Amino acid sequence: MDFTLSKEHEMARSLFKEFAEKEVKPLAQEVDETETFPRVTVDKMAKLGFFGIPIPKEYGGQGCDVLTYAMCVEELSKVCGTTGVIVSAHTSLCCDPILTFGTEEQKQKYLPALAKGEKLGAFGLTEPGAGTDAQGQQTKAVLDGDEYILNGSKCFITNGKEADVYVIFAVTGTVEKRGRKMKEISAFIVEKGTPGFSFGTKEKKMGIRGSSTYELIFTDCRIPKENLLGKLGQGFKIAMHTLDGGRIGIASQALGIAEGALETTIEYVKERKQFGRAISAFQNTQFQLADMATKCQAAQLLVYKAAMAKSTQKVYSVEAAMAKLYAAETAMEVTTKAVQLHGGYGYTREYDVERMMRDAKITEIYEGTSEVQRMVISANLLK
Amino acid sequence: MKIIVCIKQVPDTKGGVKFNPDGTLDRAAMLTIMNPDDKAGLEAALRLKDEYGAEVTVITMGLPKAEEVLREAIAMGADKGILVTDRVLGGADTWATSQTIAGAIRNLEYDLIITGRQAIDGDTAQVGPQISEHLGIPVISYAQNIKIDGDSVIVERQFDDRYHVLKAKMPCLITALSELNEPRYMTPGGIFDAYKADITVWGRADLKDVLDSNLGLKGSPTQIAKASDKVRKGAGEKVTLDTEESVDYIVSKLKEKFVI
Repeated sequence: MDFTLSKEHEMARSLFKEFAEKEVKPLAQEVDETETFPRVTVDKMAKLGFFGIPIPKEYGGQGCDVLTYAMCVEELSKVCGTTGVIVSAHTSLCCDPILTFGTEEQKQKYLPALAKGEKLGAFGLTEPGAGTDAQGQQTKAVLDGDEYILNGSKCFITNGKEADVYVIFAVTGTVEKRGRKMKEISAFIVEKGTPGFSFGTKEKKMGIRGSSTYELIFTDCRIPKENLLGKLGQGFKIAMHTLDGGRIGIASQALGIAEGALETTIEYVKERKQFGRAISAFQNTQFQLADMATKCQAAQLLVYKAAMAKSTQKVYSVEAAMAKLYAAETAMEVTTKAVQLHGGYGYTREYDVERMMRDAKITEIYEGTSEVQRMVISANLLK
Repeated sequence: MKIIVCIKQVPDTKGGVKFNPDGTLDRAAMLTIMNPDDKAGLEAALRLKDEYGAEVTVITMGLPKAEEVLREAIAMGADKGILVTDRVLGGADTWATSQTIAGAIRNLEYDLIITGRQAIDGDTAQVGPQISEHLGIPVISYAQNIKIDGDSVIVERQFDDRYHVLKAKMPCLITALSELNEPRYMTPGGIFDAYKADITVWGRADLKDVLDSNLGLKGSPTQIAKASDKVRKGAGEKVTLDTEESVDYIVSKLKEKFVI
């Protein structure tokens, strides 16, 4: 067993790190403060291929593995959680289902522009009444000739108004499973600008405030029949498969936030003086840092293991769930400790750790709450 | 057009310079990077490639580990990498280094050679011009802008307070300043491709028309008496004035230097 990264991965990390430090970090505070989507950064990342890291070259991507993608989200999130989730939602939640379940025509049509970042992707599963319970879907799709007519709404959609291509889930009928009537859910590719597709309210969030989180509204929105993604009724499977991959992206984001808070805190405690010496000289500080670093390292191993599993295994739900659960809870714990070690300054918006603590919280909630991750993990133990 | 870019893997001096007790650099204790002036030279070559079409070959002399810097250059867009490495080449000063690089370049076809102005670990600015001497081609140093005009290059050569515009027929050698441009980033896919690329490795036997007495430590006339961290040219001038007076003062100084 070898825990060292290959030279390629090391060099890729140095690229992501340099980009994050030079291009992302200087804007992070302003992006948060003004709740502005970082379009300039997104355009720069697009030119460098950051939006198509695990997409095969034949579809215009970079042809790298999932670990490289995870490291990209990690390094971006070290300095800006918003920028991390933009790449994660685009790659894991939009590109990946099209790559995995799309027809050759759909892949040729959508992936090159997505992989090059010319178009941004999003994913619409959540509804006001359907969060963890995806069966609560109300959005309907009815076939009418060569078109499906979509009616309903989606909420909390990351990259909401900024995206161009959306993977949307809707009820297409009912099926009987074990004697119970269940909703039949299907997935569709919907393009921005389709008549009947509009945007509702922008969410005012606690963290990742530069991320464009919107309500999507479909009113008699007609989409071509060929935009059905996968088979009719395969929607639930597509959603669950997609979220398994998405969790690796969010786990990487959480890991990055935790590591960013740790690095910032190490710098701070060496400079901050109390009782005539740097607070790094106090054993409480040292022990807190040791715990933070150990948890970051453990989270990194779980995240990288899950990323490797996605590249090499057919099923990686448990690895992804464990990585997300642990990394998210680590992000919350480490950022909370980071604020505490910064004292009063850490509670002000002048210091990065305040933003990091707010950004960390969402990682315990979206793409499956920590409770859902525990359900996935224990269901596998007790099957 | 064929362009050769000479690059060097150097210790990253940003985190501070570390010395061995004997005064030489403690390279093992420092992270390595592509020398910034060389990186600007590479970027200049890649821009010429984008604009006019060119084959860009990067060449370096160093330990086998220096292969990394060639792969980085390929990940940025260079086409080929050549590593010149041999025990007999160790301990080379600028003279022996330029002899080695010139000996390697004699095997290659080229229209343009670009080197960095100087490396941040030695700061001599000698290797580029020396290579041009050995090869018998013109050199334009301190380039802050490069354009191609038919079979010639037009280069802005930087001075402290002005620049000269020079034209030279190719083949020629240009030494680049890090201010020349903002080097591009690698791409993730480019990195993985770069690690699949073949790097040509040459030793002493592959160097053309070079005497043994001009190579390695034995061929190095330089004697290092003492090494120190870079010192600034001067402390500059400090004045204490209010805002309006400061503006007037700065403007008068700029006029004095013909900047405005």
